[in-house]
Amino acid sequence: MGDNNSLYLEGKQVVAPPTMLQMWTFRDVHGKYAPGSTDQDTYEVLTRFNEFGFSGSVAVSYDQTYHNYLAEGDLVHSYSTISEISDLKSTRLGEGCFVTELAEYYDANDVLFGEACITYFKYRIPEKKPGKVSKIEPPKRISPVENHDSKHFWQGLRDGKLLIQQCQQCGTLRHPPQPMCEACQSLRWSTIESTGKGSIYSYTVMHYPEIPPFDYPNAIVLVDLDEGVRLVSQLRGSEPENIAIGQRVQAWIEPVQENLSLPIFEVIKA
Amino acid sequence: MNTARVGDKLPELVIPITAVQIVAGAIATQDFENVHHDRAAAEAAGTPDIFMNILTTNGLVGRYLTDWAGAAARIQRIQLTLGIPNFPGDRMTLNGQLVALEGSEAKIEFKGRNSLGNHVSGIAWLRLKGATTRAD
Repeated sequence: MGDNNSLYLEGKQVVAPPTMLQMWTFRDVHGKYAPGSTDQDTYEVLTRFNEFGFSGSVAVSYDQTYHNYLAEGDLVHSYSTISEISDLKSTRLGEGCFVTELAEYYDANDVLFGEACITYFKYRIPEKKPGKVSKIEPPKRISPVENHDSKHFWQGLRDGKLLIQQCQQCGTLRHPPQPMCEACQSLRWSTIESTGKGSIYSYTVMHYPEIPPFDYPNAIVLVDLDEGVRLVSQLRGSEPENIAIGQRVQAWIEPVQENLSLPIFEVIKA
Repeated sequence: MNTARVGDKLPELVIPITAVQIVAGAIATQDFENVHHDRAAAEAAGTPDIFMNILTTNGLVGRYLTDWAGAAARIQRIQLTLGIPNFPGDRMTLNGQLVALEGSEAKIEFKGRNSLGNHVSGIAWLRLKGATTRAD
C-alpha cells in the first residue's frame, strides 16, 4: 500500500492499519479458515448463488466502522450475517443480485472492535461472443457532425483558429454555423478570426454523473465573444464558487483528441 | 493538524496501477479470488484483465487519509463505493476534501479516478488527535 504511517511501524507497541479489518478472518490460500473456526460453509448463500449459475462476484460498496485498533498479539474472531439480497437486477456486467453482508469483529475479550457492511454483486457471467477480443480503452468525446455548413468551424479549430461566420452581403456575424444570414437571407459568407476574448453571459456546473473524458467539476460557459456572437464551451481552472457572470475570459484552442480541437476558456486574471 | 479548516483539500496522490501491484495487494489482503491474479480467469469472468480488489483500494484510501492527517489521527469509519475497476496500465488519482470539522472530528469526502472514470468515492470520519484507542 505504500503506507508509511509511523503508527504502524515504530514505537513499543505498533498497531495494525484499521483497514485490514476484513482480512483477519479470511480463508487462507488453501481455502481454509483459521484453526478453531466452524467447519460449516459460512457463506452457503454465496455457494448457492454459484450453483444457480451466478458465479460472477464483484464488490460494490463497503462501510466499515473501527472502534479500536488492533495491536500485536490480539486474537480476533468474527460473525457475519447476510442482511439483504436484492431482486434480480440487470447491470453492465450481466444479470444478478446485490448481496449485503454485515460482519462484526471481536477481540479475545469479546469486545467489538470493528464492523463492516459489504455489498457484492453476484451475477451470471454472459457468454462470450466468439472472436471478440476485449480491450480497455478510455472513452472519448463524441465527435461533432461536420458537414458542408459547419466543417469550416471544426477545421478552423484544428488549424488553431476560432472562426466566426460573416455574411458577405451585409457583414452580420453569426454563430453557430448556418447556411443563411438571418439579417438579409444571403447565402454568401466568409469567416473572421475571433480573438477568443469575451465575457461570461451564463454558466452551469455539471456535477453528476461524472463521466470520462471530461474534467470535474465540469463548468460549461456561454460566452459573449467581443466580436458579438455567443459560444458555448468548457471553462477550466476556476473553482465553481468563484465563477461569476460578467467575468472576462480567454479561449485557448487545444487538441483534445485525434481530429478534434476545442476552444477551452480560462478567466483572465486581473 | 491544528490548522485544519473546512474546505481544505488533501494533497493529490497518483498511484500507478500495475499487474504486480494488483497481485501483491490481493495476496497481502488475503484475497485469493482468481480475478485478482489470473488474467485468463478474469477474462472468463467477463472482464478484460485482472483488477484491483476492494481491500487494496480500501488500504490505499486509509493510507491517503493518514498521509494527510498524520500518525496522531485515528480512522473511525470509511464508507466507500466502487465504480470502474482499476486495471493494469492505468493510474488512479486520489483527491479529498475536509467537508466538516467539529473539534477534532473530521469528515472527509474522497474520490479516486482512473482513465475510465471514477474507481472509488466515499466519505471517511477521522479523529484528528486525542484518540482513545489502545494504541495510545
